[in-house]
Amino acid sequence: MRARFWGTRGSLPVALTAVQVRHKVAQSLLLAEGRRFKDQAEAEAFAATLPFTTAQTFGGSTSCVELELQAPGKEPHEYILCDLGSGVRAFGNSVLARHGPKTPNVFHIFMSHLHWDHIMGFPFFTPAYIPGNKLRIYGCHADMEAAFRRQQAPPSFPVDFDYLGADIEFVRLEPGHRYDIAGLRVTPKLQLHAGDSYGYRFEHRGQVLVYSTDSEHKLDSAEETESFVRFFFGADLVIFDAMYSLADAVSVKEDWGHSSNMVGVELCQLAGVRHLVLFHHEPVFNDVKIAGIEAETRRLEALTRQDAPKLSISAAYDGLEIDL
Amino acid sequence: MELNARRSNNIVVLAPGGRIDHLNAEAFSKAVAPYVEACNKTGPCLLFDLSGLEYISSAGLRVLMLASKRAVPAGGRIGVAAPTPMVREILEISRFDLVFPVFDNVNVGLTAFSAPAK
Repeated sequence: MRARFWGTRGSLPVALTAVQVRHKVAQSLLLAEGRRFKDQAEAEAFAATLPFTTAQTFGGSTSCVELELQAPGKEPHEYILCDLGSGVRAFGNSVLARHGPKTPNVFHIFMSHLHWDHIMGFPFFTPAYIPGNKLRIYGCHADMEAAFRRQQAPPSFPVDFDYLGADIEFVRLEPGHRYDIAGLRVTPKLQLHAGDSYGYRFEHRGQVLVYSTDSEHKLDSAEETESFVRFFFGADLVIFDAMYSLADAVSVKEDWGHSSNMVGVELCQLAGVRHLVLFHHEPVFNDVKIAGIEAETRRLEALTRQDAPKLSISAAYDGLEIDL
Repeated sequence: MELNARRSNNIVVLAPGGRIDHLNAEAFSKAVAPYVEACNKTGPCLLFDLSGLEYISSAGLRVLMLASKRAVPAGGRIGVAAPTPMVREILEISRFDLVFPVFDNVNVGLTAFSAPAK
């Protein structure tokens, strides 16, 4: 199984400003130390050696993660996604670039919840407009379809939901139940978030990926902690809402429905997880800030590991791919 | 988790020992509750001596946050002192070093809390 991140930012899409891009270019020039490059390829190779925060960016699209069980070719394919934040626009364009517009594909989409940042990409998901495609949108909320229709209704959007040409079906799931969907064993779990959110545990041929975003952990109940330890247990990869610092999450941003890097490390250590991915980045954080949180989280993991196997830590970025 | 308490003038020094995690955070919360309750404008300041604390999890830090949120608006003063290098790093990574004063040792904390609040 492979996880491919199309959108990793929380709450609101962001983009680098002109000043931020200029700053990165200036840093790159300094690090080049007068070196000359014969062509773009040689310059790209040099850029690949630069620090991530100098040559790249964590990106700014909102939540959208692809799960790939087998690499797609040009023939019809069954795609699997978590959430439809603004990152799904680029995903849809990549599908069209691979197949062209006439290949009928199936899209299995698991929704954590229906807040705007998790559905805002859907009106720009071109495959939804093309007859022949099938979209199966899974979630535990009763009002899924209404939420999607409302964001495309006047005056919010010029193209009504009824103009979408694909065959679209909304499939209600029950938290705590196991389902076999698209070759995956899928178990949703209720999470604490305004209006509720749901995490998903995906299992495939002995590999486990957990998608757990927009989830606050109150830390006032050992039972609640243990329920998430069971949900994460033995996972190869946990994609975790680490939007705030712990201090913020339990004080000024208490009840905002999000969690922290520290709780992510603790839960993953207790559950014997192999790889924790920090996800749903705070939109006010720049690249240096997120890279700093990633480094601190790795340090925290090393400090508290004791005799347990190492838990790998990554901060998600738009374009990141992780093979389980 | 152990909790030893002693009084130094108008300051109560609470010294938790061992590890505080999600399994004993509630017990820690109950143990400190009477001291937090009394920590107000007229009551004693509260200084946590962390020199014997091997580890504190998010659930344990939440207890300290709740203590601060209750005592400080009531005019009380709360701080921590003498964290081990590991606990100090946990305080920094969690940003709890921005929530309340972190004193290098207990005597520094006692001196600071003996002075009138600014």
